[in-house]
Amino acid sequence: MSTEPLGAEVAVPLIPGIVHPKSAAPSTVGAPTIEKETRAEEALDLPWHVVVHNDPVNLMSYVTMVFQRVFGYPRDKAEKHMLEVHHKGRSILWSGMREPAELYVQQLHGYLLLATIEKVS
Amino acid sequence: MEIRRRKNQIELSELDPFLAELLRQIPASANTEGAPSVEQRIFSPPANGKEAELCAEWKIYVEPELRRLFQTATQTVGVDLEQLNGNEKSLANRTLCIPTKHADAWLSALNQARLVIAAKNNFTELELNDHLRSPIGSRRDLSLFQVNFYGFLQEFILREMDC
Repeated sequence: MSTEPLGAEVAVPLIPGIVHPKSAAPSTVGAPTIEKETRAEEALDLPWHVVVHNDPVNLMSYVTMVFQRVFGYPRDKAEKHMLEVHHKGRSILWSGMREPAELYVQQLHGYLLLATIEKVS
Repeated sequence: MEIRRRKNQIELSELDPFLAELLRQIPASANTEGAPSVEQRIFSPPANGKEAELCAEWKIYVEPELRRLFQTATQTVGVDLEQLNGNEKSLANRTLCIPTKHADAWLSALNQARLVIAAKNNFTELELNDHLRSPIGSRRDLSLFQVNFYGFLQEFILREMDC
């Protein structure tokens, strides 16, 4: 049995939406300014939700397995989210910065789940 | 039909020609071409309408990767299904062995097929949960049976992977 998750193969960066801090800047007056700007952009970037929507075709056991694999959740937590999807129509599986949220959605689509990224208004 | 785990493979034995043919239909059933509603379901948007840029980039960069991923899974399943090649008579009481290392490919291909069939037939949640529906009297009934049979296989594979 392969232990490699299917979704892992599609985990490629999509949109470089996050500005990364400059590395090891020399001692110039410009360096602290860049760091401040980066923090500001990251603050604006938060938070994004990874949402999974109900789908009458996907099996409950399959959805639970996908949540365990993609997010590394223990079985009981994965089942709780699966049941929330089933009963309420959607569940927020993860919240955080945009880039990892996009990667999670890509993996979920690799498992054929209905998943979206949503910015909290 | 009997289904059991035997060492490093899942064995489907005493397959009658009807079930063997349903199994052989998995790759073809997973084909999304020619049905917009199916494409829409299999390649659903990653965000709502507010994120137009993300959706556009997704189409260009992610969708081709997903197509390749799904195609690889159905190809793996197709190769396993070659064990069932032959005429109807030779399909009687055949055995299909699925290597456990192909379990992920089978889960994906079965899921693709179930989603495609359900989207093509526009099955309601009520129909999908009606496991006692019988007998097969129409093409639609047969498609529903196919979705449920593939679901049964998925459940078995998931259970065995959990062990």
